[in-house]
Amino acid sequence: MLEADLVNRTLAVAMRTGADFAEIFAEDRRSSSAILDDGRVEEVVSGRDRGAGIRVVVGETTGFAHTADLSETGLAAAAGAAAAAARQSGGARRVVEVSSLEVPRPLTVRVPPEDVPKSTKVALLTAADAAARSTGPAITQVSARYGDGRRRILVADSDGLFTSDDQVRTLFSVSCVASGDTGMQTGRESAGRTAGFELFDLYDVEEMARRAARRALTKLTARPAPSGEMPVVVGPGGGGVLFHEACGHGLEADLVAKSASAFAGRIGERVAAPMVTLVDDGTMAGEWGHYGIDDEGKPAARNVLISDGVLTDYMWDRLRARKEGRASSGNGRRQSYQHLPMVRMTNTYIENGDADPDDIVADTPHGVYVAQLGGGQVNTATGDFVFGMTEAYLIENGEITAPIREGNLIGNGPEVLTRIDALGNDFAMGSPGTCGKDGQGVPVGDGTPTLRVTALTVGGTAA
Amino acid sequence: MSPSLLGIAERVVGWARDGFDVEAFVAHERETEVRAYEGEVESLTAASSSGIGVRVVRDGRQGFAYAAALDDDTLRETFDEALDNSGFGSFDEYAGVAEPDGVEPEPLDLYRTELADFPTDDKVALALELERVTLAADARVTGVESAEYADSVYEAAVATSRGVAATSRETGCYLAAYSLASEGDDTQTGFGFSVGRHPGELSIETAGADAADRATRLLGASKAPTRRLTVVLDPYVTARLLGIVGATLSGEAVLKGRSLFADRMNETVGASSLTLVDDATDPEAFTASAIDAEGLATRRIPLISDGVLQAFLYDTYNARRAGVSSTGSAVRGGFKGSPGVGAHALRLTPGSRGQDEILADVDDGLLVQGVTGLHSGVNPVSGDFSVGAEGLRIRGGEKAEPIREVTIASTIQRLLMDVTEVGSDLEWLPMSAAGVTLAIADVTMSGT
Repeated sequence: MLEADLVNRTLAVAMRTGADFAEIFAEDRRSSSAILDDGRVEEVVSGRDRGAGIRVVVGETTGFAHTADLSETGLAAAAGAAAAAARQSGGARRVVEVSSLEVPRPLTVRVPPEDVPKSTKVALLTAADAAARSTGPAITQVSARYGDGRRRILVADSDGLFTSDDQVRTLFSVSCVASGDTGMQTGRESAGRTAGFELFDLYDVEEMARRAARRALTKLTARPAPSGEMPVVVGPGGGGVLFHEACGHGLEADLVAKSASAFAGRIGERVAAPMVTLVDDGTMAGEWGHYGIDDEGKPAARNVLISDGVLTDYMWDRLRARKEGRASSGNGRRQSYQHLPMVRMTNTYIENGDADPDDIVADTPHGVYVAQLGGGQVNTATGDFVFGMTEAYLIENGEITAPIREGNLIGNGPEVLTRIDALGNDFAMGSPGTCGKDGQGVPVGDGTPTLRVTALTVGGTAA
Repeated sequence: MSPSLLGIAERVVGWARDGFDVEAFVAHERETEVRAYEGEVESLTAASSSGIGVRVVRDGRQGFAYAAALDDDTLRETFDEALDNSGFGSFDEYAGVAEPDGVEPEPLDLYRTELADFPTDDKVALALELERVTLAADARVTGVESAEYADSVYEAAVATSRGVAATSRETGCYLAAYSLASEGDDTQTGFGFSVGRHPGELSIETAGADAADRATRLLGASKAPTRRLTVVLDPYVTARLLGIVGATLSGEAVLKGRSLFADRMNETVGASSLTLVDDATDPEAFTASAIDAEGLATRRIPLISDGVLQAFLYDTYNARRAGVSSTGSAVRGGFKGSPGVGAHALRLTPGSRGQDEILADVDDGLLVQGVTGLHSGVNPVSGDFSVGAEGLRIRGGEKAEPIREVTIASTIQRLLMDVTEVGSDLEWLPMSAAGVTLAIADVTMSGT
């Protein structure tokens, strides 16, 4: 994308007035998508987004500028602007010439989406629409979306780093509305991988559509969700969102450093039930949060955060790691070249336990079974978090019974981790997600086996 | 700059051949963001960006393409991609771009040279001072997670092959502080902000004091037993609720069978004290705009009057399909998307009493100062509503103990009907709805 000579000259401009660190992040992103709604292919969309973000660090201050102009003039202007922005204090002058270095990584793309005809992508949408509607007349609306993106990045910095990555992601989702005497309900299903069009060797869009339709139909008979504290069993895959919110964000070193995490200062302490091992792993080939290098040029890594209930480490980006005199954990990510990197999760999961998932339910006299979760939110400083249930049922006398309507569950991360009393042996990854932090969205994956929390507050309206 | 943005848009539209409809949307934005932390500048971002979105409708089939650059090659490539994409859409007799409808845009002046000329050093000083003021507001404020100043100088142009040629430009800035308050082992957080069209309209004191107050008043908060009670929503929370209500009143949702209120026109859908308008022509609104995302004039749209449903929102396409006129309600998330339907600047007609007076009449309630999970526990199609909440208990008309880790739940339909009072304290916030205190009876608070 950029030649090493040009990179060197741009970094020299960035360092000219004295800086501790300078970095160029260049990105070339092409995306395509197609949307079906109301029985019609509404639109096929293509997009191109290309530019570079330049970061200059002087003392505690980061100066940042970005440009869509990748010519020498454009890059020099951005480098000068970033340097000026960082000029708050005098820093050391150190430039290491970059030299080209390619990090080998496993190729996860078998069928590049750009080689697939648009008509083939559109055909997936119409197939999903037909399949959803074939489940019955109560399905009154269907929408489906196909999307792919290829993101090529280059990272070079004043420490001599010069590296690149080529990230391809493909996503498909389908949403249905079911209508009945009780009003309308919705059901959704999605699949996405850091991979090409071979995504559809793994996922049958018609089956996805029927599942989404069944989910909406089931909820037509749903009763209001209960309210108050009770045992909650979360099905395989879904629980990843719970951990993402309950403790994932709280283990991001930038929040920890600002004392904005309930897990600050707790390394080496028991923070979770002994059966809990939590891992963040950007190397999981093909998963939604997978990449070769992070957006600071650090190779993705497998990082154990909680081992047998004991907090072992936080997640790190370059700036926070440098302050602590340690290495980044490969978690420095950004939405695009227009954003500064920060600490982000990749694929976050809980390792398998040894319980039979059926036994976990059978062993729960009364509570709620959450089959599909719908995102969440956390206040990392207090640890309070919510997550939504988009498919859930009552558990009565050890059996999954009536479906219940949507709502949030609320809990406190540090408390909930200690209240996990059963982990199944049925590990699965959950749905592809977009994690939002400070206005930036990045793709993340998560996974868990079936698990039980002894007490969580279910936010319904029924007694 | 505006004439040249319009020039670019019109040039691309000029590539339309017979039988095509083309729309080009071109935007340019210059932004600064300063973050202060522990008395130093943590980061300073200075950047400008621009891009184009092109919509082509050929034989009733729509395609779209965008690019984040405006050089000649990119413009041509983007147009060609949109044209190619149009071959894969389904035929739709109502597809098309906007044409002038005779409604003149309001002469809104939303651009302030004071902001465009404001020196970077002064922006840095505002962020540093915001952090200092927030920390100094209360001894229990032990940290400021983030104190930031951000501004934007934004210009856009939209042209269509049917004769639309519109431009807009505006400035906006805000201060935002996120504070941490501690007492013993307990930590709570709070936010405060101040918005304006130029820095002279910002109040560091308001942003800092709100951030400190919101955090400190939650110190010692605990869960509460589950019960039904009256909730009194802080203006900020009301604004977020209105955003959801606005989505249910989209004409697109109505036509596609996704609106709770599809069959309720001219029926009572809310309490008689509830009058909701969407009015982007109000220059006080943070999201004011004289034109919508398709280049048509925005207008004042009474959506709910005295509790009775009066209107839905329409862009050009959905209006054609419904056999009505556009309400100037096209919105788009920048140049990377084609227009959709949405509210621009929602506002409840304020009542006559302030928050304290409203609270004084609440015997058993919860003053809600923050909500979480609006994206995960609210379904605008089914109406199910369940969000995380924190705030203060109200007992006998007085603010009482702080509460956290509870949810409040009802349905969107019931919330509107159960409104008991709208406050007089209307304020504009950095979002597409104004805040005002709102009291709602009979909501379930779930806790222990």
